[in-house]
Amino acid sequence: MNRYLSRALRSVGYGSGVGLCIALIRQQPIGTTLLYSMCISVACWFFIDSGRYLVATRIDAGDRRPGWPGWGWMTTVVIVGGCLGLLSGTLLGDTLTGAHTPILSGDEDLRHLLGDVLFVLLPAMIITYFFNTRSVIADREAAAQAAQRQAAESRLRLLEAQLEPHMFFNTLANLHVLIGIDPPRAQAMLDQLIAFLRATLNGSRALEHPLHAEFERTRDYLALMQVRMDDRLRIRFDLPETLAEVPVPPLLLQPLVENAIKHGLEPSVTGGRIEVKAARDGDTLTLAVRDTGVGLGQRASNGTSFGLRHVRERLETLYGDTACLSLSAANDAEGGTLAIIRMPLK
Amino acid sequence: MSATGLIAEDEPLLAANLTMMLAKLWPDLRIVATVTHGAAAVEQALAQRPDVVFLDIRMPQVSGLEAAESLAEDWPGDAPLPLIVFVTAYDQYALRAFDHAAVDYVLKPVEADRLAVTCRRLQAALASRNKTRAELPVELITALSALRSAEPEAAAPPRLRVLQASGGNTIHMVPVADVLYFEAADKYVEVVTAARRFLIRIPLRQLLPQLDPGQFWQVHRATVVRADAIDTATRDDSGKVELTLKGHPGKVAVSRLYAHLFKPM
Repeated sequence: MNRYLSRALRSVGYGSGVGLCIALIRQQPIGTTLLYSMCISVACWFFIDSGRYLVATRIDAGDRRPGWPGWGWMTTVVIVGGCLGLLSGTLLGDTLTGAHTPILSGDEDLRHLLGDVLFVLLPAMIITYFFNTRSVIADREAAAQAAQRQAAESRLRLLEAQLEPHMFFNTLANLHVLIGIDPPRAQAMLDQLIAFLRATLNGSRALEHPLHAEFERTRDYLALMQVRMDDRLRIRFDLPETLAEVPVPPLLLQPLVENAIKHGLEPSVTGGRIEVKAARDGDTLTLAVRDTGVGLGQRASNGTSFGLRHVRERLETLYGDTACLSLSAANDAEGGTLAIIRMPLK
Repeated sequence: MSATGLIAEDEPLLAANLTMMLAKLWPDLRIVATVTHGAAAVEQALAQRPDVVFLDIRMPQVSGLEAAESLAEDWPGDAPLPLIVFVTAYDQYALRAFDHAAVDYVLKPVEADRLAVTCRRLQAALASRNKTRAELPVELITALSALRSAEPEAAAPPRLRVLQASGGNTIHMVPVADVLYFEAADKYVEVVTAARRFLIRIPLRQLLPQLDPGQFWQVHRATVVRADAIDTATRDDSGKVELTLKGHPGKVAVSRLYAHLFKPM
């Protein structure tokens, strides 16, 4: 509503500008010309803006911005609205001054009439163009801001997911106990916690690191979990030496390993094993995280698929269709879940 | 004051530490069992009848909260229910419920001073409690029912109108309005209508949010009854409540945790 009002006020302003020009060009008295000009421009604003609104809300929006009917329709709206505005604005002016303008009585000279129409339509088109461009820019800015906000929110959620408070406080509780009974082990655990925190907090910034670094970060995380879960968690790593230096985006494996713990082993009374494997398949690098936990069927439906979604999104941004993440039941006697990332080998 | 205790904690270091701290703060407390998951906690508590139970909230399969509910429901009538202390690293929603209901809890890492306060409170409660009859502490009932409603859900799923129960090659479409009651059986739920029974493959925990709580009342941790189908609720001398249903010969037992639902207006 405010935007309509501001456009109406502006149209009065433009009207006075145009009125002054006409008065100068045609050598007419400034006062009356200004009055008519303002009446006509307000009337034009009214018909054009309402016309735009009516057309835009009635036609199928397609991929246009809401409130904008497209240039084809808009030109028609400006011409019709402009002519209506010219007539009714003149009528308004006549009512205010008590004069009789030749346009309305039909005595107007054709050239003069065409001039009037041109004086109305040309500024109307220019103003429409101006307003449209402005709102396109405003929309773009709003969209950019929304995207920025989304990115920030996504980073925050990722950090929250990685520094899951429950995991964090339980780790600290274990550390607290170890300091009392086994200081060297407590120090080793603290080192792993520091490495894990550093990797988590830096991870979103670094673009890539060697695969062995990714494995080491995963090892730190799993070592922390092993202090907590003891013999309920067994770990196996398999990184062929030829793949150790392959560059990969950081923290791809960690969400998968976290999921394996959270949804696979933690719900299981007896625990199980986690295997993290890298392999080469032609030009493709496969990274597999397998657990022998409770399996997909029993996973709580409200669990965080956020971690997986995030990995998928990153793969898509970085590699498009050439990379993928699949999650399936491990099809052997031990059961559990198998997550595989396939990505092009650089 | 001598007493017996049980510790349920799935992380071995933390369990050992709690045992050690309790030994210092309350030398006369004898820990009769240390278990690593909720089902074992219920089983051991029922077998050993400890005075005090320390329950970690997050444990595999059966959580500490579910274990507490099972204990309250299955505890024999001739012995007092153990005092329950919840142990948690971070469960904000649970802590709010506990504060509200004045049920004791301990945060991990466990601080000696805080645990000492808990021990003193437990000793006072043990000294004053009625040793002859099992009474359900009102606080526990309030806390557990507050927890049930406070537990964070991903997003409320849409309400079910029709259940799809499989029977061989046929899918039976059972309108929810025809259901008399649901009974949990392991990973399945048995659906009882006036005409027959069906099995659906969904845990009761997941089914419950899809039912209208005004229409369907939980009366036992394994039973949910359609309120309109209830004919009478009868309380026997020992305080047990049983329901009879319209158009159904059997009876449905109401557990002690839910007996308060049935009161004359």
